[in-house]
Amino acid sequence: MDREITLEVDGAGRASTVDTRTSLLDALRERLGVTSAKKGCDHGQCGACTVLLDGRRVNSCLVLAVTADGAQVTTSDGLAGEGPHRLHETFVDHDAYQCGYCTPGQIASAAGVLAEVAQGWPSAVTEDLVAERTELTDAEIRERMSGNLCRCAAYANIVPAIAEVAVEQGVRA
Amino acid sequence: MREFRYEKATDPAGAVALLAGEPEGAYLGGGTNLVDLMRLGVATPDVLVDVRTLTSTEVEDLPDGGLRIGAAVPNADLAAERRVRERYPLLAQALLAGASGQLRNRATTGGNLLQRTRCTYFTDTTMPCNKRAPGSGCGAVTGLHRNLAVLGATDEGPESAHTCIATHPSDLAVALRALDAQVRVLGAGGERSVPMAELHRLPGDDPSRDTTLAHGELITAIDVPALPWATRSRYRKVRDRASYAFALVSVAAAMDLDGGCVRDVRIALGGMAHAPWRATVAEDALRGGPATEEAFAAAAEAELAAARPLADNAFKVPMATNMITRTLLQISTEARS
Repeated sequence: MDREITLEVDGAGRASTVDTRTSLLDALRERLGVTSAKKGCDHGQCGACTVLLDGRRVNSCLVLAVTADGAQVTTSDGLAGEGPHRLHETFVDHDAYQCGYCTPGQIASAAGVLAEVAQGWPSAVTEDLVAERTELTDAEIRERMSGNLCRCAAYANIVPAIAEVAVEQGVRA
Repeated sequence: MREFRYEKATDPAGAVALLAGEPEGAYLGGGTNLVDLMRLGVATPDVLVDVRTLTSTEVEDLPDGGLRIGAAVPNADLAAERRVRERYPLLAQALLAGASGQLRNRATTGGNLLQRTRCTYFTDTTMPCNKRAPGSGCGAVTGLHRNLAVLGATDEGPESAHTCIATHPSDLAVALRALDAQVRVLGAGGERSVPMAELHRLPGDDPSRDTTLAHGELITAIDVPALPWATRSRYRKVRDRASYAFALVSVAAAMDLDGGCVRDVRIALGGMAHAPWRATVAEDALRGGPATEEAFAAAAEAELAAARPLADNAFKVPMATNMITRTLLQISTEARS
């Protein structure tokens, strides 16, 4: 059953007609031609489809597009301003990918992680749950990024790529 | 995926009224489990009533010092809520031990309690499963059951319509069970409060039903009563990988100590049964007794005496025994330091 929706995708207003069964991921890729977010598992298990939905990282494969009507969607592409986002640069500098398929999801997720840490959100590996400030250690990065799988196993380079931006943003010494 | 109509209401009562006339309809919360089940053909609603932001998104103080958690509070926000982290560390830890950052951002408090088992026979429509297709039998008892139930299950053999060894997947529910939370539910007949002890059911002779809620009843909030000694509490989870996996065994525990004695204790287990499992046998054995490793181990063993493991999940019995012991030991050690 078709529904009209409007989205703000990477800063641009977009309208589309979607079947109620359409995921946000499919609406982006198949209806709007925005292919930054990727389809990996389509079950919310791999994180390749991660986007920021109204500023929060989510699996766009598990969001029905019709429920996102009026929302602001930011993909990895949309993080770029005049030039690339610092995460784009550090992923290149640290060789934090091999095939690159999971990378836009990794980067959107990492942007979400940085925002969550800046708000003082704890994680499963945070020792002091009531601390005002959480340091984005390597262990914290690994835990917080566990919803993004990389079949090339570039994890060893993804961690320092995110760590470098964390230092710049003041959430890591 | 079956075609469905998408509906929104302006308030919770409106959503209840919408679904009351739709026997095959369902509420949609964050959708992190339901959308996947629909894609798999396991859930086939013909109407979705979107309640993701319809109930409260606030955490409010209750007069007794407890908290009222709106059913629409996302799991991530609840875990980050300072009052939860300070008053109920086991609750924050349980939430943070579940799913991934992306899923916790989307999943709601109410929806978390109503997620379905991840038993692979339930999610595979080509397999027999009494929960998904009542009367079709259970593939798990003679199949892959390493991660399935050892307590409170029904096993009358693979052909029986009653057999079910599914586990409840929620971490949050285990912590709320230990905390004696009350679930506020709105139905066509009005509002009622359901103790966590009565929300989830064991499979009994009807494995298709996970909870005692009637069709169309909507969780609006969770009341967590005050428990001053829950500041010394823990949620401990063992899983097949370091993060982002369901529990093989989890323990939610809080303990009130009087010198070297256990004044009161709460223990609930996850990954062990069709419902969050309150370890009342262990609690009774411990209350008023010494807070020693030997007493913790003896109480845990007494609790697990009721276990009926299968060939490939018997490891859960010593694992749960050890985890109860270690978790209580950790709480008592921290209390003394």
